[in-house]
Amino acid sequence: MKFSAFRFFFLSLLTLVAGFAHAGEAWDRVMKTGELRYGTDPAGGAPYLFQDKHNPDRMIGFEVDLMEAIGKRLGVTAKPVAIDWDQLVPALMRGDFDIALNGLEVTDERKGMISFSHPYYIFSQQITVRQDDARVKKFEDLRGRRVGTMAATLAKDMLEEHGQIKIVTYPGPIEIYGDLELGRIDAAFLDTPMAAFYAGPKPSLKNVGEPVGEGLYAAGLRKDSPILRDKLNAALKKLYSLGELKKIYDKWDLWTQNQEKLSGFFNDSAQTGAAEVSILKFIPLLLQGASVTIAISVLAMALAVGAGFALCVAKLYGNKFLRFLSHAAVEIIRGTPLLLQLYVIYYGLPTLGIKLNAFVAAVLGIGLNYAACESEIYRAGILSVPKGQDEAARSIGMSARQSLFHIILPQAFRVILPPSTNDFIALFKDTSLVSVITVVELTKVYNQAALSSLHFLELGFITAALYFAMSYPLAIWSRRLEANRQHAIIY
Amino acid sequence: MPSFIEVRDLGKKFNSTWIIKNLNLSFDEGEIAIIQGSSGIGKSTFLRCLCYLTPFEKGRVRVGSIEIEAGMNERKHHQTILALRQQLGFVFQSFNLFGHLTVLQNITIGPIKVWGVTPHKAEREAKALLRRVGLKNKAEEHPRSLSGGQQQRVAIARALALRPKGILFDEPTSNLDPAMKQEIVEVIEDFANDGLTMLIVTHEPAFLRRVATRLIEFGSQCSVVSENALPKLLLPASPPADNQNPDALAALTVSSPN
Repeated sequence: MKFSAFRFFFLSLLTLVAGFAHAGEAWDRVMKTGELRYGTDPAGGAPYLFQDKHNPDRMIGFEVDLMEAIGKRLGVTAKPVAIDWDQLVPALMRGDFDIALNGLEVTDERKGMISFSHPYYIFSQQITVRQDDARVKKFEDLRGRRVGTMAATLAKDMLEEHGQIKIVTYPGPIEIYGDLELGRIDAAFLDTPMAAFYAGPKPSLKNVGEPVGEGLYAAGLRKDSPILRDKLNAALKKLYSLGELKKIYDKWDLWTQNQEKLSGFFNDSAQTGAAEVSILKFIPLLLQGASVTIAISVLAMALAVGAGFALCVAKLYGNKFLRFLSHAAVEIIRGTPLLLQLYVIYYGLPTLGIKLNAFVAAVLGIGLNYAACESEIYRAGILSVPKGQDEAARSIGMSARQSLFHIILPQAFRVILPPSTNDFIALFKDTSLVSVITVVELTKVYNQAALSSLHFLELGFITAALYFAMSYPLAIWSRRLEANRQHAIIY
Repeated sequence: MPSFIEVRDLGKKFNSTWIIKNLNLSFDEGEIAIIQGSSGIGKSTFLRCLCYLTPFEKGRVRVGSIEIEAGMNERKHHQTILALRQQLGFVFQSFNLFGHLTVLQNITIGPIKVWGVTPHKAEREAKALLRRVGLKNKAEEHPRSLSGGQQQRVAIARALALRPKGILFDEPTSNLDPAMKQEIVEVIEDFANDGLTMLIVTHEPAFLRRVATRLIEFGSQCSVVSENALPKLLLPASPPADNQNPDALAALTVSSPN
């Protein structure tokens, strides 16, 4: 029994490893397992694929219906594999699943990396603004405005091409329409299905102007899987000609006249033409990201030092109430993830009427988070100075404050400095988290550049070098400062 | 003439135990009192209460014209407590010199930061004090490069920089070897001649026999077990060599009166 359980475990491990490492015709694997695995991002949301709120175990959406129909035609089970939308193409190439299908647009850049099935939907971009906003009526009116969209989308490319639009990038549509309602951005520019599903029902928002641009959603495949692609294409063609595709889109209110053009694609199968991108063009962008990273780090650290010191003094010298407040603040901040705090500060506080811009929210979130750590470092440093020092200071008439500033802190400094520097370096790297609240700093720039060029490794090295070039001088400076303070040894 | 220090009904609690209970004592100006008693009965705590380094729960202490009483708050009554500490310097068993400051700065920081004396004047006076304790050449050194005896002499100079009328010594020699003990005794004798009031808690009364004018022994809860006025011994200013042995000196002392 024990043995067979072990063998089962071992074999499944092997299968797993083999499954992921497997390059080569995906159709073989699909046939063998009877399972067609498709990568998709449930957080990307409706109406593509999302959690059924009446039955949270189930995924629904027009792409779920589409994949089930395709699976039925191919005689296999379609199985969604959850992944961040940004990662769809890299994960597909790595072999995490057989196809990527989640509103994936056909672009020349992507064609260089992967192949596409026939398109299954023709979408456009929709401008959405607040109900009371009459300034924007068409794409040209977006000039000079802050416009929200998602990373690595055709919509973002269109905005970038225009050149004079301030683009704010979000992880998903829900945050975009939320920030639009709050007035943090002037307009949203996203694929028509999202605008229809999210903005349509909101009374405070309106979709304006004719949808612009035209793009195709298709399933992405590895280039080594032409058989699976042919099978998919055949299934799609059949679904279209039988009217099943229309039925699915009607169900989700997505059918448009435009979709009839799909038939034109089902006969052509040309899928070549790669656009190689030079990584050099990303370097100015990375440097710009680095400057944002530095700005956030320095401001957040200043806040962390100030607020940390206040918390520490309150805890050591305050009355009962202050001590409790400080203790509670430190424990709550320390005991919850920074990412969560950033979300709450940026997306949560507006509910209470506190609307901060992304940069301020980033500095505040990171600064307060590190204030909690700093306050504990200061406290330990202060407590490491023998009590006799404070008593001696008092005996020559110093007040508690004079003793703290003239006697205790100068001697605590050496104890405080190394962990404090360590914290600053950690803070500096944690600034990469603020991309979730739309701040474009170094890691975010890297992420976007890598996703559009797929040069994950090369750009990764450049980015890492930039981080290192910024943090190492800090470490050296700290060591020097420490050496200068040698005489402050506490005996 | 009213006494310089007057202690009335002093009571000090640690957690729920009274370690000083109903203590009444007074000291005249110029008195050099040695306080002894077994370890841990609260002699040091008593000294700390006198300059309110340790707050107490009962009674009052008057030093000169300044009066403090139980329950005073360091922040609220800062002026009174400050005035008290100006009257009474304090010398610690473990010296407690400020490690980040030079010897000179250790002495000047009080006058400069607390009393607003100009750095120039403070330094001049500090140097005079250093000369008197025999450490003129050590002004720019850091405390850790000094011997224990030298450190304690700096600590005495620091306590004297505020020109107090009295000094409280908390076991000033117990961390020192015999030769260093002698250095401290000489400094104490020197300043005793200036008419300073001194209260010295020590386990080694023999060392200080020559300057002491009064010997007090504390029992449990700091009750006064015995008290003796000592005749001033007219010994030469520099002690004989064998004085460095405390056992030999003990023979000179009034025998412990219990």
